[in-house]
Amino acid sequence: MVSDPYLGKYMTCVSARSTDKEILKKAQDGGIATTLMVYALEQGIIDGAIVAGEGDRPWQPRPFVAMSRKDILKAQGAKYNISPQISWLKEATRSFGLDRVGVTGVCCQMQAVRKAQLYPINMRDVPDKIALAVGLFCMVNFPYDSIQALVEDHANQSLSSVKKMEIGKGKFWVHTERGNVATVPLKDTHKYEQPGCHVCLDYVSNLGDISTGSVGSPDGWSTVFIRTKVGNDIWSKAIDADLFETKPIEEVKPGLELVTKLAKEKIDKNRKTLEERRNFGVNKALRDPYA
Amino acid sequence: MELLKKMKTTKEAKPVANKIKIGHVHLSGCTGDLVSIADNYLGFIKILDDYADLVYGLTLVDVRHIPEMDVALVEGSVCIEDRESVEEIRETRKKSKMVVALGSCACYGNITRFCRGGQHNQPQHESFLPIGDLIDVDVYIPGCPPSPELIRNVTIMAYLLLQGNEDQKVLADKYLKPLMALAKRGTTGSFGDLMYDVINQGLCIACGICAASCPVRAITLEFGKPQGQRDLCIKCGSCYGACPRSFFNFDVIPEFEAISELIADVLK
Ligand SMILES: Cc1cc2nc3c(=O)[nH]c(=O)nc-3n(C[C@H](O)[C@H](O)[C@H](O)COP(=O)(O)OP(=O)(O)OC[C@H]3O[C@@H](n4cnc5c(N)ncnc54)[C@H](O)[C@@H]3O)c2cc1C
Ligand code: SF4
Ligand code: SF4
Ligand code: SF4
Repeated sequence: MVSDPYLGKYMTCVSARSTDKEILKKAQDGGIATTLMVYALEQGIIDGAIVAGEGDRPWQPRPFVAMSRKDILKAQGAKYNISPQISWLKEATRSFGLDRVGVTGVCCQMQAVRKAQLYPINMRDVPDKIALAVGLFCMVNFPYDSIQALVEDHANQSLSSVKKMEIGKGKFWVHTERGNVATVPLKDTHKYEQPGCHVCLDYVSNLGDISTGSVGSPDGWSTVFIRTKVGNDIWSKAIDADLFETKPIEEVKPGLELVTKLAKEKIDKNRKTLEERRNFGVNKALRDPYA
Repeated sequence: MELLKKMKTTKEAKPVANKIKIGHVHLSGCTGDLVSIADNYLGFIKILDDYADLVYGLTLVDVRHIPEMDVALVEGSVCIEDRESVEEIRETRKKSKMVVALGSCACYGNITRFCRGGQHNQPQHESFLPIGDLIDVDVYIPGCPPSPELIRNVTIMAYLLLQGNEDQKVLADKYLKPLMALAKRGTTGSFGDLMYDVINQGLCIACGICAASCPVRAITLEFGKPQGQRDLCIKCGSCYGACPRSFFNFDVIPEFEAISELIADVLK
């Protein structure tokens, strides 16, 4: 077990890509999140998964409980705006009757799940029913209107024409169905960020059973951390079933060095924000949620 | 955590003779909290076999007066028109090492806040206060009703705190700390607390767990952010307690796998 102040605890870290052609077609990166949930469902490890599916408006995600491969696939791709995934945590065990719940979400959502397991406040029958939690790396998230402003005002594309959004190489990328590529420098996106993200002390979903993101691996591949016994067990079985191609993380570029650099940047900056909250001049200090 | 590793190896030393004494004190509540205790099923029996003696409990134990206890689990709020209840909660404080407010009525008043008297055969019973308004409370277990699992965790941690070895005490102390802080924080809990302490402070990250925890579905998500319907809110304080931005305990929560295993082990 490696224990790193910025990358959290993990058993192994690899670069990986799904071998499922259908999943790869629409995957954000290596299709790790979707492939794992589909595999877990088909093996009976989970009865359903909370994923970020299609919402009412273009590119607006909506959390929902997927109970088939088809439904899990509908949630493919990263939507860089809010999907309150955990709002379904208890309902998944109630209305959907799941005994084994899978959940995908960003770092803070993994925190909410683990807190609910250890401090289950009004969370009867939830703690032992989390069967697989796949966490995504996350630098920051945006409200829906922010994404609208970034895509429509800054990148000059209509949201309904967008095929994929990406954040990387210092830019926010918008790819349209017709092959257009527009970018917005990341420095222009900062003012649109969700304020709650500025005290977030996790970049790589330290509390997922498995966590994954694009940073560190080549395009089309994902960086994957295997973190818990549960995660390790499922990952090993999935590897035996040939669901993923993998490469040692040490052999890919840019590798863990970049992941660590970004995690450090985020966490150090947000620690500073926490510090600043204590002296913020509104006559009253702002809360440090971790104090 | 190194701590957990050490604890596992010393677990054999568990002395059955040193059981702690727990009691269930029932004030103005619906008995849902007692049902939640019982809903631990075999786990509860295991706790009673190995770790705790139930020395007081209206429905389960034939004892009339509040005895000396290590842990008093108090269900319900106090009707201040009822002298006996007022005396009972004072007596409970005097005779217990640790007073636990079990459930939202004891913590925050909850539905009993809405009582306007007029109930046969005591129509004048109309003012109900959470126990923290009358005595010092050590630990809060919010929830309407509280989840069986949280009651179990707190009971096990109380045992470790009182009877465990040094490492176990350290862990139990860390685990209970946020629930102790909730008890210090105050006796009002509602969607408003989430507004004041999280949303208005720009701390909300829209995880949605407040909505999941609300027993009356008073929380919807508008623009991804929680919106409370104040006329539905029963003031149980669960949303606040569940929110990762109300408290997040970095000493304990990241060890979720090892601690869950430890608890499962204890109940084997
Ligand atoms: C807000 C946000 C910020 C991110 N920031 C980074 C970053 O800084 N660095 C980095 O390397 N990676 C980041 N990622 C992760 C990355 O974009 C991919 O989501 C990840 O690599 C998974 O790819 P995949 O091919 O395995 O996923 P797929 O198999 O395509 O599945 C995507 C999964 O993501 C979930 N999802 C999509 N949108 C959301 C959302 N808004 N909230 C919660 N869950 C969602 C879906 O439920 C689905 O399960 C971010 C993701 C999000 C949502
Ligand atoms: S930056 Fe942190 S708080 Fe914000 S969405 Fe990502 S994981 Fe959540
Ligand atoms: S909004 Fe719901 S969970 Fe929050 S205090 Fe009110 S009733 Fe309880
Ligand atoms: S639980 Fe807290 S952080 Fe999560 S949505 Fe509710 S208020 Fe926001």
